[in-house]
Amino acid sequence: MLRDITLGQYYKAESPIHRLDPRTKLAATFAYLISLFLFKNPFVYMIAGGVLVCVIIASRVPVRYMLKGMKSVIFILLFTMLMSLFFTKGTVIWSFWKLRITKEGLSQSAYTGLRITMLILGSNILTLTTTPTRLTNALERVMSPLKIFRVPAHEIAMMMSIALRFIPILLEETDRIMKAQLARGADFESGNLFKKVKSLIPVLIPLFVAAFRRANDLAMAMEARCYHGGKGRTQMKPLKYARRDAAAYCLLIMYMALMIVTGLTLKSTPKTEALPAVSTNMISVSSDTLR
Amino acid sequence: MAESGFRGLIADHLVYEYNKESSQRLRALDDVSFTIRQGEFVGLIGHTGSGKSTLVQMLNALMKPDSGTVYYDGRDVFEKDYDRKALRGKVGEVFQYPEHQLFADTVFEEVCFGPRNMGMDRKQTELSAYAAIKKVGLPDECFDQSPFDLSGGQRRRVAIASVLAMKPELLILDEPTAGLDPLGRLELLDMITELNRDSAMSVLLVSHSMEDVAAYASRILVLDKGRLIYDDTPAEVFAHYEELQKLGLAAPEMTYVMNGLKAAGMDVDTSALTPDEAEESILRALRLC
Ligand SMILES: Nc1ncnc2c1ncn2[C@@H]1O[C@H](COP(=O)(O)OP(=O)(O)OP(=O)(O)O)[C@@H](O)[C@H]1O
Ligand SMILES: [Mg+2]
Repeated sequence: MLRDITLGQYYKAESPIHRLDPRTKLAATFAYLISLFLFKNPFVYMIAGGVLVCVIIASRVPVRYMLKGMKSVIFILLFTMLMSLFFTKGTVIWSFWKLRITKEGLSQSAYTGLRITMLILGSNILTLTTTPTRLTNALERVMSPLKIFRVPAHEIAMMMSIALRFIPILLEETDRIMKAQLARGADFESGNLFKKVKSLIPVLIPLFVAAFRRANDLAMAMEARCYHGGKGRTQMKPLKYARRDAAAYCLLIMYMALMIVTGLTLKSTPKTEALPAVSTNMISVSSDTLR
Repeated sequence: MAESGFRGLIADHLVYEYNKESSQRLRALDDVSFTIRQGEFVGLIGHTGSGKSTLVQMLNALMKPDSGTVYYDGRDVFEKDYDRKALRGKVGEVFQYPEHQLFADTVFEEVCFGPRNMGMDRKQTELSAYAAIKKVGLPDECFDQSPFDLSGGQRRRVAIASVLAMKPELLILDEPTAGLDPLGRLELLDMITELNRDSAMSVLLVSHSMEDVAAYASRILVLDKGRLIYDDTPAEVFAHYEELQKLGLAAPEMTYVMNGLKAAGMDVDTSALTPDEAEESILRALRLC
């Protein structure tokens, strides 16, 4: 039932991508996302797409699993594509009633679709090949220079990893409690809204009790092991860059250079005035989808 | 039921897999079939992770098997128009660690939850709640207390009472004695036996303790890695005590004692499972020589 919701959807496999240091993957994902917004030109997109396909193959995550992550955003994707298809001004090639499709709209819509798809697949690779623990570890390391500005990097990372750890546990707990109440004849489906909300009380109360109990136990266990925050704390498996990370960074730099050179030299569309407004609009949409 | 004379439950070739979508599929149940007749007391044992809890959740339609089905009183419980809510009243299930499901303000309210959901009227609900609380041996002072103020063992009793109050025909208990003190454990098992004997309620007792199932059940099911490997009387099942041991399960202490005595040349009955039976058999053997 509820367990089907995957969060932090790590896919276990043996692959070069899985073995990379999470910081490398974080940097690469970040760079890739930026590279998608640098230029709007078919060659650039061909390179980005090709690289994405290579990485997906190298990661050994089944394509079916990759695409599952797309399902939840398909609506936003289609909506954005339709918006740019119908509302971009330019030379009309087809019209019906108030709807007009322009040549520019067609290419704009294709770009938007490609961009969002690659954006999501790109960030999916990161979460599919990195365990949440390693990811928060990497975030902690990346944020640690901010400590001079009194940003509690360690505490933020700790809170994130505890929260990530607790989500599946609480989902499981919810599932168990719901079943236990169903076994006592509870009914979560029939009745009007008010009745439905009321029928959740026998689930929510034990769930909160369980959450507090767990939080308490965890705090006690951490204290019993002398946890005292980030100062002077060492890690059992500290993040260490290996040779393959150096190689990955080299590839990344080459990729970025290739993108920039291609983007600057092979200009296919001379018309660029309409672009800025649309692409900022797209950035806001896509950052929404990432959340 | 009218369409078939059989009263009780039939599990028919149940198969279930966890994590179907991911790389780590796990077959929790593999072709499990058995029957529980009205009035029987059946024990279900198996190593941790052998699929016991998964199995019992299918018997009252809380989980749907991937293939196979469950019949209750001759009707398929996964049929589209089958009344599964009513089924859960008839096949009452007490979950593992049921004390974590409590939510009401008072113990009495908590126990009324089940029968009220089953559509009993107020008087019936309160009568059966009262009877159930008395049955599980909670003192009168408890009625108006918050279930959260009780001890762990008392909470367990409240949870069991809340299922008993629905007046089930078949009571399924998933490790009801885990974490109880020895006396509380005996009291609970005796209470269940009494219900089984006096009100002809069938019982399916899931347990890790061989002593418990040996002493109380008239038939034992043994699960190993999702497969049902034995379905027989306790004496027959524990005759395989060496195989059981390989599966990480032990036979009751007495089985070892009696087999040891037999190996040492004493003519005792190795199927004795409780200390009383063992004593009788040893005395008889002593008198003979
Ligand atoms: N919600 C779930 N998701 C995935 N796997 C599960 C889930 N619940 C149980 N399992 C797995 O299925 C197998 C059977 O579990 P089950 O809870 O039925 O065992 P059990 O016999 O009741 O064990 P125990 O004696 O510890 O209660 C185990 O290997 C377990 O890891
Ligand atoms: Mg279990």
